[in-house]
Amino acid sequence: MNASFDVAIAGGGIVGAACADFCSAAGMRVAVVEAGPIGGGATAAGMGHIVVMDDSPAQIALTERSRSLWMALARELPADAEYVTAGTIWVAADAEEMAEVERKRALYAGIGVRAEVLGPRQLSEAEPNLRPGLAGGLLVPDDGVSYPPCAARFFLERAQARGAVLLRAKAVELMETGIRLAGGEAVAAGAVVNATGAWAPELTPRFAVRKRKGHLAITDRYPGFLRHQLVELGYLKSAHSTAADSVAFNAQPRRTGQVLIGSSRQFGAEHAAIDQPILTRMLERARAYMPPLADLTVIRCWTGFRAAAPDKLPLIGPCAGRPRLLLATGHEGLGITTSLATGELVAAHLSGRPFAIPPEPYLPSRELEAEGDPLHE
Amino acid sequence: MNDAVTLRVNGKPVTVPAGAMVSTAIAAAGFDLFRRSVTGQPRGPLCGMGICFECRVTVGGRQHVRSCQTACASGMEVQTDE
Repeated sequence: MNASFDVAIAGGGIVGAACADFCSAAGMRVAVVEAGPIGGGATAAGMGHIVVMDDSPAQIALTERSRSLWMALARELPADAEYVTAGTIWVAADAEEMAEVERKRALYAGIGVRAEVLGPRQLSEAEPNLRPGLAGGLLVPDDGVSYPPCAARFFLERAQARGAVLLRAKAVELMETGIRLAGGEAVAAGAVVNATGAWAPELTPRFAVRKRKGHLAITDRYPGFLRHQLVELGYLKSAHSTAADSVAFNAQPRRTGQVLIGSSRQFGAEHAAIDQPILTRMLERARAYMPPLADLTVIRCWTGFRAAAPDKLPLIGPCAGRPRLLLATGHEGLGITTSLATGELVAAHLSGRPFAIPPEPYLPSRELEAEGDPLHE
Repeated sequence: MNDAVTLRVNGKPVTVPAGAMVSTAIAAAGFDLFRRSVTGQPRGPLCGMGICFECRVTVGGRQHVRSCQTACASGMEVQTDE
């Protein structure tokens, strides 16, 4: 390999593909190193929910920026990326969760995100298969759904049309001067991005991204059964508990008429096989919210590994003391949504052009304080 | 002794021996298209033993029921694709 690149990106998931897209658009010569299928890891395992999340101001900024980038791209996305503006309904089971609906609505209104409070009747009109007696919900109409592996392929193809090169090889070492491939060959580059998701610590040790396993199930085609992406508001409690295994009701209508059912979260589960007790809990949870789900046929279940950072924010930007080695990982359950703003941030770090949102909250160096665990030699 | 059941396939009454499968009743009623594939191709029973899922129809409003694995019952309403 004689070519020298401005940036070499390890990882051809949706985050690496988006980094390649934005870096090539900024005029950089880009190489992407991926031995497996494009978008074949967590990208293929995820739901593809494009959603604004409000766990922290930095999470709001990243997800809101990303969602507006998705919305702007909507017309350019190929049909197989299955982008649909289905809207999210955050489902409130009781009065306590309705208070959370109101808090969320006010917050979204303050940042220009459209949202509408639904009472119990409006909720059951919007989603007749939900169980009776729920308190209501919050409809966020501009949230979307996509099929992530095809979106990732599209981002990479756009980069390739601008001259980016895809190297079908396994990255074994990341240096500030390039990527060493299995077999010993090195790809010389002016900067390197680690976008290998939950596997990123294998290439850039000593930062605290952990695998967080998830299960999903998909049904046969039942057009019209479900209209919006539904998420229980209790999700906030369960998804953010970092200790115990948890499940939450999460259901998504696919363009095919299939229903995608989630979700589960487990730390310390390294094997990709289905954990039957967790899957059962997940499906029971879904049935508790949507009893007619029990009559649908599930045709496939699978698992995936989210890349979870300790403070629930991704690591985007240069490593402390190693300015030409960037991270783009730790997106946990939001990597499909936030892939686009991540690519945009990485390109701005490398090109010196203005940032669309403040980059500081996502800098890997923030871990220095949080963990007291040096990122650099 | 009750040795026959009458059900309806696409609204058409058909009488079959007790214990017959829905797939048999559909054929007896004169239909050979059970469902259409995602791309619109006609589909019907292939394996007859519940493995291929090609014979799925709607039974009593429930979609994607394997007609070869479902015994006929009196008054059953069966709907194929068109």
